[in-house]
Parts: sequence; C-alpha cells; structure tokens
Amino acid sequence: MKIIVPPLKDEDINELKAGDEVLIRGVIYGARDAAHKKMAAGRQSGCDWPVDLQGQVIYYVGPCPAPPGRVIGSAGPTTSGRMDAYTPIMLEAGLKGMIGKGQRGPAVIEAMVKYKAVYFAAIGGAGAFIAQTIKKVETVAYQELGPEALIKMEVYDFPCIVAIDIYGNSLYKT
Amino acid sequence: MRTVQMSEITSAVCNAVIKANTILPPDILQALRAAKEKESVPRARKILDILLLNADIAAKEQMPLCQDTGLVVIDLSIGQEVKLEGGGLEEAIQQGIREGYKKGYFRNSVVDDPFIRMNTGDNTPAIIHTHIVPGENLWLKILPKGAGSENVGALAVFKPTESLENIKAFIINTVSAAGANSCPPVIVGVGCGGNLEHCAYLAKRALLRPVDQRHERQDVAGLENELLQEINKLSIGPQGLGGDTSALAVNIEVGPTHIASLPVAVNMNCHCTRRAVIKI
Repeated sequence: MKIIVPPLKDEDINELKAGDEVLIRGVIYGARDAAHKKMAAGRQSGCDWPVDLQGQVIYYVGPCPAPPGRVIGSAGPTTSGRMDAYTPIMLEAGLKGMIGKGQRGPAVIEAMVKYKAVYFAAIGGAGAFIAQTIKKVETVAYQELGPEALIKMEVYDFPCIVAIDIYGNSLYKT
Repeated sequence: MRTVQMSEITSAVCNAVIKANTILPPDILQALRAAKEKESVPRARKILDILLLNADIAAKEQMPLCQDTGLVVIDLSIGQEVKLEGGGLEEAIQQGIREGYKKGYFRNSVVDDPFIRMNTGDNTPAIIHTHIVPGENLWLKILPKGAGSENVGALAVFKPTESLENIKAFIINTVSAAGANSCPPVIVGVGCGGNLEHCAYLAKRALLRPVDQRHERQDVAGLENELLQEINKLSIGPQGLGGDTSALAVNIEVGPTHIASLPVAVNMNCHCTRRAVIKI
C-alpha cells in the first residue's frame, strides 16, 4: 500500500498506476458543486483561487455535520463528473489530485495527462468508514454554502484507489 | 373511527429517519454478504467488505451510512377510518423530518428552488405520495433517497407493440450508462405501465420492496431475474471498478396503461438503500 502525502509533486505521482491502492496522509481540501461554481466565477472576474492549488488534492465531498465529540460526520465521495466542467482550469492552476467517485470526461483526462494529475476513487456510500480517517476540519471559504462550503481536512490513512493515472489509464470502462 | 394525534406521527417519522439513515436494512446486508461470497474479483470483494464494515460502524456509532442522507420520499397510506387531530398531516410529517435530521446530525441536502438553490436548512420538504385506503391504520414507507443514483434514472414511452427485447435493452442501457455514478452494486427500480408521472412513481415504489422479494406474478419475477443476470454480466462491479456484482436486485412494478402507451421508467438506488416502514 502506497502512502501519499500532499502537497504532491510530479515525482510523488508519476509511478502511480490505475488500480494502485493508496493511503493519503496530510491536508486535503473538500469542495463540491456550489464551491466549484463559486471558485470558477471568482476566477472569471479576476479573483484569486481561495487557496493556492499548487500540488493540492481536492476531495469531492459534502459531509454530514459533526456530532458532539467528533470532527466530522459521514464524509464519503460524491459523483465527480459534475465537477468536470471546472476541472481543467484547476489542473492548469496546479491541482495535482482529485478524489471522488465515477468516471471523468475526456477533457478532464486530457488535462490530467497534460498537467500531470491523478484521480483517486474513494468508496461511495462508505461515509461512516471514511470519516474515521478525517482528523481535523476547518472551513476555508463559502461558509454560507453549509455542507457545500470549501473545507480543509487533515486525514490519516484515507483509503483510495488510483482510478485514472497521469498517463490517462483508467479503471472505468468507456 | 380511530383518533391519531399529529404529535405521534411527528415523533414516529423523526425516529424512523434516524433509524433508516444509520441502520442498513437486513435484506441489503444479506445481499451484500452473499455477493461478497460469490464475487470472483479481489478488488470487488475488498470493496464489498468495506461496505459491510461501513454498515457496522454506522450502526455502532449512530453515524449516517452515507453523507448523502437524501431527499426523503414518503409513500403514505391513510386508512379512511382514521381521524387525525392536532394540526396538518403534511406539516406533522415535515416536522418529523426536520427533527430527525437535526437530532441525527444528518446533512441538509434540499434546496428551495431548482435555479436559486438556497438550502432550506432542515432537509424539508419531503416528497409525499398519499393514498386513501380502507381500515384504521396509517402506513408510512420512508425512503431517504440519494442523488448520485437518482440523477441517472430514465423514462421512455414505447409503442404498445414494442418488443420485450427493446424494453429490456432500454433498462440495461440505463444501468450501463450510469456506470459508477449510481454507487453500484445498485438496486434497479423499474416501473412499467401507467402514464408519464405514474410510471416514474411505480419505479420509485419498486425501490421500497426488499431485495429478497420477487414480484408476486411469475412472469414479472422471471423478468426481474433475467434482467439482474444481464446487468451483472456488464461487469460494472462495486463502485464501477469491475467485478461480478453490478446490481443486487431488479424490482419491477407494473400497472394498467393506455391502449396507445407503454411507459417504462428506471429509478436506480445505490447499495446503500435506506428505508423504514411505520405503522400507526
């Protein structure tokens, strides 16, 4: 099992192959539909990204609220394809990893190859299991979006599978 | 006449949504276990193991099984001998959801409008289908429905003379196109007959039936089994990452339709199908 520690450099991911199981340790960011739309709109009107994307990993997630004594509620992946339209410009800005579930479109895979980025599949519907690997959570932007806010998470041994590698090899049937 | 207080309904709905979101129904657990035994692909077996472990953790820790605690669908049957007291029935149900989602620390996944998209902040309103039936009981069948699987449904209205082969192909192609997005292994709800909106409702109602119960009509049950085999041959596998287990069940509901129509709806549900039934 490979251990992956963001922020990622090319040499951290160029040996990863579709099908590899990995454990992520360190900081990842959580964002889904509404946060992506806001980030993209911000860029179009000339604002900076709310966080420096260089080498970072984004997890497509909208978690449940944290019950007392916990840092987060259930937190499994959402469908990545809905973020496809926003992904190439984020890869261009240095994003190196994405975690979600399901197939990505051809434009995303092309951009992943061009900018060298990897797509990890987390287990959809295993939100209680995944939440145990999330150790710290803080809201970074868009608090008003509630479960769709942009969050920063510290994870330890967050389990995923390389679904599409930086060479464009994919575990999903086309 | 039997009198039922609205407060009783609110509290029953509150408890039911908490239970539904944290405890996987026994028929689904059993189907996942059986699938794991039969699964020949190691990665798929491992994923099925994680899903079973997730169900364990959720039950023990009182955590929602999945962060998408869903838009709640309720199939409500009211006995005509029931007298309801203490407010509006619909509001009593919505209040139960409001309380349950707050108490359970569940995600609020409902927005007020398809375009403005402001989160309503309490996971209401639920979608309620109401039927008046004989008797003096109230039945609420509750389905907190995730969107990953809801988004990949399809409806087609065929000609009444359409071949069964083409109808089967439509169902199989819908499952195939959904791929990993519907969180396989899926449960495929199919509605055949009715009209445009009733057909979609039949497909939803099919998802309320446990996966270990086949349709009471032998021909429909045969079609369910046949479609399940065909779908599992697609090798979508758990999470769409390959394997023998693409679906746990195909549940079909049929209904009367117009002489000119043959509507077919496919409503998918994820492996994490959550449901609860309340009898008051």
